[in-house]
Amino acid sequence: MVEQVAQHAAMVVHGEAWTIKELFTLPNEYIYWSIQIVMYPFMTGLVAGAFVLSSLYHVFGVEKLKEIARFSLVFSFALLPVAMMPLMLHLQQPFRGIHVLMTPHFTSAISAFGIVFLTYASIVATEIWLVYRKYFVETAQGLMAMQNRSNIDSFRMMVFQALTLGAWDISEEAVEKDHKACKIMAGIGIPVACFLHGYAGFIFGSVKANALWMTPLMPVIFICSAVVSGVALCILTYVIVQEIRKYLARSKMARWAREADAPKAEELEAVKHTEVMISSNYLLYFMIAAMTLEILDLIFRGYTQVKSWDILREVIMERDFTKIFILQYTIGNLVPFIMMILPGRTVRRTTIATVLVLFGVFMMRYNVVIGGQAFSLSFSGFMDYHLPIIPHDLETFKEGLFGALTVIATPFILFYFINMFIPAFLKEEEKAPH
Amino acid sequence: MERREFLQKCIMVVVGASVPVSALTFIDPKKVFAANPDIQWAFLVDTNKCVGCGFCVKACKTENDIPFEAHVSRTWVERYVYTKDDKRYVDSPQAALHGFIDSRIDLGRGEFKEIDPKNVGKAFFVPKLCNHCSSPACTQVCPVGATYKTDDGVVLVDRSWCIGCGYCIMACPYGARFFHPVKHVVDKCTFCYHRLSKGLDSACVNACPFKARRMGNIHDPNDPITQIIMNERVGVLKDEFGTKPQAFYIGLAQEVR
Amino acid sequence: MYSYHRKSNVMEWKNQPAKYGVSGRERMHEYCSACHGAVVKVRTEKLHGIIPCEDCHGPAMNHPENPEKLTIDRSRELCLRCHTNLPYTTSERHRIPGINPKTHNTGAECVKCHNPHNPSLEGMK
Repeated sequence: MVEQVAQHAAMVVHGEAWTIKELFTLPNEYIYWSIQIVMYPFMTGLVAGAFVLSSLYHVFGVEKLKEIARFSLVFSFALLPVAMMPLMLHLQQPFRGIHVLMTPHFTSAISAFGIVFLTYASIVATEIWLVYRKYFVETAQGLMAMQNRSNIDSFRMMVFQALTLGAWDISEEAVEKDHKACKIMAGIGIPVACFLHGYAGFIFGSVKANALWMTPLMPVIFICSAVVSGVALCILTYVIVQEIRKYLARSKMARWAREADAPKAEELEAVKHTEVMISSNYLLYFMIAAMTLEILDLIFRGYTQVKSWDILREVIMERDFTKIFILQYTIGNLVPFIMMILPGRTVRRTTIATVLVLFGVFMMRYNVVIGGQAFSLSFSGFMDYHLPIIPHDLETFKEGLFGALTVIATPFILFYFINMFIPAFLKEEEKAPH
Repeated sequence: MERREFLQKCIMVVVGASVPVSALTFIDPKKVFAANPDIQWAFLVDTNKCVGCGFCVKACKTENDIPFEAHVSRTWVERYVYTKDDKRYVDSPQAALHGFIDSRIDLGRGEFKEIDPKNVGKAFFVPKLCNHCSSPACTQVCPVGATYKTDDGVVLVDRSWCIGCGYCIMACPYGARFFHPVKHVVDKCTFCYHRLSKGLDSACVNACPFKARRMGNIHDPNDPITQIIMNERVGVLKDEFGTKPQAFYIGLAQEVR
Repeated sequence: MYSYHRKSNVMEWKNQPAKYGVSGRERMHEYCSACHGAVVKVRTEKLHGIIPCEDCHGPAMNHPENPEKLTIDRSRELCLRCHTNLPYTTSERHRIPGINPKTHNTGAECVKCHNPHNPSLEGMK
C-alpha cells in the first residue's frame, strides 16, 4: 500500500489543483466549475447585451443609436463563437462536445444549448445579412467592374459574391423589404437573446443541490446583468474604435481616410458623444434593474433564514465579503453608477465607468459560480479557489488565467477579421433611409 | 345560427377535441411490463455497527480501479465527534481509505485538532456512498443521457458517452460523483453492478467485518434487508431534495448531511 | 426514468471482471479452507473470525490461477484500522481493544508479536 502511494504520489484529480479545502468537506467535493464557467455566462451575457443594444435601434427605432447599433450587431456576431469556447475548454472530453447537439437529453437544461445557441446565431447572421446586403452587392459589383484586379481583390470579389447569396436586386423596393425583414428578425431576436442568457441563468438556478444557486430569480438576474455588461462593452469598444478612427482620419493612414468624403475627426467626435450619452442612459436603466434583483435575492435569503443561511452568511458576509461587497457592489456597481448620474457626464467619465461595470459584472459571475462552490454540501466546510496562473499542464492552462485571457481576446481578433468584410462603420449607409 | 344548433356544434367541438387527447396517451410497453420488476436494489447502513475501519473503502477502490492515491472515492466513511461543551467535529481523512488511525480530527489545510478524551461526548462513524435515488437529480441533468438508472435501480455512467461537463456532479446533493483521475469521465458507485449480476455481494458489503453495510432487493418482501427497512426505523439522507434515496440508514443523527 | 441512454452500456458494466471472490465470510472461510485448511486453521469463531479473509490477504477471485500467490497486507496500518485507541464510548469501536500507535512498539509490525489468526493475548508468539 505504501509503495503504491509512493509510485503515483503525483496523481491529482480534476479540481484538486485549484481547490483548498477547509474543515469538513465531502471527499469528492472540489471546485469542479472553475474560471471557464465564470467566463461562459460572462461571454454569453456580452453577446445577448450587445444584441439588445443593437435592437433598440432596429426595433424601437431609437434613431440616435444608429451607428452604435450597427457596430454592436457586428460585434455580437464576433462574440457568438466565443460564448461556446469556455464550455469546450472546460469539458473533460472536449471531442465529445458535439454529443450535446447530436443526442440532446431533453430533461437536462444544458441539452437545449445547441438549439438555443444555433437559433440565436442564425438570427444574428440573418439580420447582419439583411443590413449589409446592399453593401455586399455594391462592393461585389464595384470589384467586378474593376480592371486588372489584384489577387487580393479577386479573392474579395469572390467572398462578396458569395455573401450576396445570389440576391443582387438592390432596387428601392427590395432594400425597403430588407429593412422590414430586418426589423422582424430583430424583434424575434430580443426574446431569443434573453432566452439564450436567461437559460444560462436557469442552468445554475435549477441546481437544487446548491444552496446559493437555487433561486428562480437567477435567470432574470442573469438577463439584466447580461444587458448591462453587453451595453457597457459595446460603449467601451465603440469609444476605442472611434478613437482609432479619429487617429486614422487625422493621420490619413487608412484607405477610407484618404478618400474625398471621408469623415473628419471632429465629426467622428460629435457622433461618438451623442451615441455614448444615449447608450449610457440605457446602461443606467438596466443597472438599476440588475442591482435591485441581486439585492432582493440577498435580502430574501437573509430574511427567510432557511437551513442553508448559516453557511451562506459566513460565505457572503465573511469569507467572500471583499469580492462581493467591495469589488462587485462598490467598485463594479455603485462607483460607476454615481459616475454616470453625476451632472456634467463626459465621454471619458462614461468610458471609465463602463470598464468598472464590466469588472463588476465579471465579479458577479465569479461570485455566483465560484461562491456557489465555496462551501461544502455538508454545510460544515469550505473550499477556496486559487486561480492557476502559471500553467504547468494542459488542465491548468485551460482552466487558468491564460485560458480565460484567450477567451477574452478571441472576440476582438474575430471582430478584426469580420470587420474586413462586414464593416461596422459604413459611410454609404448614412445616405440610406435606414 | 340557431341557439340549439350553436350548442350542438359546441358539444361536437368539445367531444371532438377531447378524443384525440385521450388517444394520444399511448401505452408504453416498458412501463406495463416493468411496473413491478423483480429486482430493485437498496442499501442498508447500520451506523451503530460501523467502527470506521475503512476496509470498505479499500475494497471498493481495489475492486473498481480507483487509484488509492487519488483523493476521490466512490464510498467513504465520516467520523462525527461531539464534545461535551457542544462542539461538533467531522472528518474523513482520505475518504477513510486507511481507516481512522489518528485520534486527531482532520481540519483541512494540514491542521489537526486533538480532542481531550474526557471531553468527548458522543462519537460515531457514518459510511456513505451513492444513494441510487429513485428520482436522481444527476440523471435528469445529464445533457447527453450518459448517466441513467437501470431497471433494477442502479445509477450508472456510460464512460464512452460522458462529455465531462460536471453538471451531474453539481446536481448530486450527496457528493457521490467525481471525475475519474485516469478515465477523465464522471465516476460513481455502481453498487458493484458487475458483482451483483454475478450473484456476488458488492465489494464494500463483502469487506465489512461488522455487517454495517448490507444490500438487498426491496421488491422481495422476504429479503432480510427489506424486512429491516419495512419493520425498523430507518432514515435517508437529505430527503428535502425529493430525490428519494435508496440507501437507508439505521441510527442517523440530524447533523449527518 | 428521464429518457434514453445507450442500452448496451448496461451489459458493459455487467461484464466488468470481479476481483474479490466468494461473498459472505462463512462461505469465504469454507472456500479458503478447502485448500488451506490443512496448513492454517482458518478461524471461524468470534474475534478475527468475523473478518473476511480477503480484507488482509487481498482479492482472490481467480486465485490460484491469477494471481498465483496473494499479496498479504501485513502492515501495521492494517491492524491500526481497528486497533487505534479512540476514546469514543458511544461507538462500537469502544469494544475493540486499542493501542496508542505513537507509543505502542512504534515502527514494529504487529504480526511480529500478535497472531492475526488467533489474536487473544494468550496466543502471542
